Amino acid sequence: MTIRLGGIIFGLAITAVMVLWSLIPGAYNLAFGPAPEKQPSAAFYEHGEGPAGGFSFDGPFGKWDVAQLQRGYQVYKEVCSACHSLKFVAFRNLRDLGYSEAEVDAEAATWTVPGIDPNTGEATTRPGEPTDYFPSPYPNAIAAAAANNNAIPPDLSLITKARHDGSNYLYSLLTGYGEPDPEKAKKVGFETPAGLYFNKHFPNVNIAMPPPLSIDGQVTYADGTDATIPQMAEDVAAFLTWTAEPSLVARKQTGWAVLGFLLFATALAFLSYKQIWAGVKPKKK
Amino acid sequence: MSFAWAKQYEPKTALTKWLDEKLPLPRLVYNAVGAGYPVPRNLNYMWNFGVLAGFCLMIQIVTGVVLAMHYAANQAVAFATVEHIMRNVNWGWALRYAHANGASFFFIVVYLHIFRGFFYSSYKAPREMIWLLGVVIFLLMMATAFMGYVLPWGQMSFWGAQVITGLFSAIPLVGEPLQVWLLGGFAPDNAALNRFFSLHFLLPFVILGVVILHIWALHIPGSSNPTGVEVKSESDTVPFHPYYTAKDGFGLGVFLIAFATMVFFLPNALGHPDNYIEANPLSTPAHIVPEWYFWPFYAILRAFTGDLTIPFTGIVLIPAKLLGVIAMFGSILLWFILPWLDKSPVRSGHYRPLFNKFFWFGLIPAMIVLFVCGGAPAEEPYVILSQVATAYYFLHFLVILPIVSQIEVPKPLPFSITEAVLGKDAAAEARTGAGAAGDVGPLPEVSLQPAE
Repeated sequence: MTIRLGGIIFGLAITAVMVLWSLIPGAYNLAFGPAPEKQPSAAFYEHGEGPAGGFSFDGPFGKWDVAQLQRGYQVYKEVCSACHSLKFVAFRNLRDLGYSEAEVDAEAATWTVPGIDPNTGEATTRPGEPTDYFPSPYPNAIAAAAANNNAIPPDLSLITKARHDGSNYLYSLLTGYGEPDPEKAKKVGFETPAGLYFNKHFPNVNIAMPPPLSIDGQVTYADGTDATIPQMAEDVAAFLTWTAEPSLVARKQTGWAVLGFLLFATALAFLSYKQIWAGVKPKKK
Repeated sequence: MSFAWAKQYEPKTALTKWLDEKLPLPRLVYNAVGAGYPVPRNLNYMWNFGVLAGFCLMIQIVTGVVLAMHYAANQAVAFATVEHIMRNVNWGWALRYAHANGASFFFIVVYLHIFRGFFYSSYKAPREMIWLLGVVIFLLMMATAFMGYVLPWGQMSFWGAQVITGLFSAIPLVGEPLQVWLLGGFAPDNAALNRFFSLHFLLPFVILGVVILHIWALHIPGSSNPTGVEVKSESDTVPFHPYYTAKDGFGLGVFLIAFATMVFFLPNALGHPDNYIEANPLSTPAHIVPEWYFWPFYAILRAFTGDLTIPFTGIVLIPAKLLGVIAMFGSILLWFILPWLDKSPVRSGHYRPLFNKFFWFGLIPAMIVLFVCGGAPAEEPYVILSQVATAYYFLHFLVILPIVSQIEVPKPLPFSITEAVLGKDAAAEARTGAGAAGDVGPLPEVSLQPAE
């Protein structure tokens, strides 16, 4: 009885505190207080949908398009790597992109990585080896901030997993640059601050990154694919999906094998359950 | 303990006879989950989740121990070692995704197990101790899951640790020093990461110990059942093995299909993208949210937006933050007194018309609202919805439940479990032993030969 009485008193007390000191003032404020301010930028944001037709790796049966990953790697190398590191990816991982061992050796050697002079012990640089990881374009975070108007370019290894619906988001972002509708901007009093760039698919529509893909044909694809801006954006989004999760396709394929086994085993389990219980369950009339 | 008709273990080989004399471990298993444990014959699928929760604990311990072989709890490298597991360790991605989603599935299964207990009043005498131990397990799980989420040292790890340990700073006088002491610093740092890893490794084994007590306590009165009528005779029960091993085996298969689908096809759907950004003390995420399984309690924490003041004086008696902390911990701690709040002699919600209505149209909607609001940003209408739901939550358990259990007129209960399953006539026949063989009464021997 004491427990129940104590419980009822505590329950009524905490409910009263909630209703009288939080709920009623909050409801009053909601009804009669000032409406919450809306950011003018919210009027310009558009949710990005990703490339038409989707990516080859979408869906439970998705597979990498190896040629596309190679093109995306080329875009990363020639465009993105000027500012963005890729620190969790090693050159040896490029074997996944369909390159041979010799090709990976040669590709790694085209990159310059920090090293130590074996004779003097001084810090120096040397050509990359397959075991090296992609080097950062800046010696440290302060240098990165100083070179980029205080906005540090993020590492791209995990970028498509670090954003909601990352592959589609990245494609949308890279193709989302432009100018806001001037009429509408005038009406809501919206301006892109100096040093930022308007991008309708960026959450607050003003992004520090200048448009990285600015003209068609910015890279020349080895396989002859027409390097339009949407094409480059799709390719690099695919490449950075691979860098974020190299095991993505292996994961889905393993999943089908596991599910196949489980469906079979569960069917057997169901049949034995029914058989064992057959004598106990009442007969249906 | 057991029922008088429980089958006795009989060692058959020389080895098992020898073992039974020295260390009767096979006997223990036989009586715990074998043919020696008589279980009500009418359990529905809601009684599957205890076994599944135990299975989840095993998944977490096995994957976790292997993950710990490749992980380093140092703030300089923690994030990188997790990526090392994902990229360089053989099958590391499968282990980590299984562990991360395993935590989610552990909570799904345990929530179903707990709400089974609410609906069928599994907490009532003589099973109070099972319930109390269960609440202890749940609290330990929450602590373990919270500390595990900090280990990858992503943005949500760091800021989640900041917010949750910040709750302790709400305690008057000793709060701030207590938070510093718990973290080993003024903010989550190497000291915090190291102790969280140590405790995250220890606590699952503590949980395992309490789970053993939970099952031990269960075997004293035996399992409850959907009618809430106690076992009266042998025809009310079947041996756990093979009847419930077979049924739970099927349930386990269904569980594993759902689990594998998430692990292999949607491994990050239940996580937050921000946790793939390395922890940065200088950059606060726009919305700090805990893992989904904490959302209802996070909503209760944030629902208190106003300080408790003396009106018109501005004197603050209890700040809003402390109210939220009291309510959040109180919302779980009140489960400890549930067996004494609900006085209805009837257990099952099926026979309690008023209770049934409050359960389905009160508690369940309130929990769904709290869940949604806990994951949503702290803006309207979520704040006001979470306040209404929080008020209902406390009223439901502390006021409605005691009163309803006092005033409601329960529906007539079946005489026995056998009667509930087979109907009155067959049950009467079973009692007099005149039933048709194979239908009721003494159980037929299970044949593992294919049916003709």
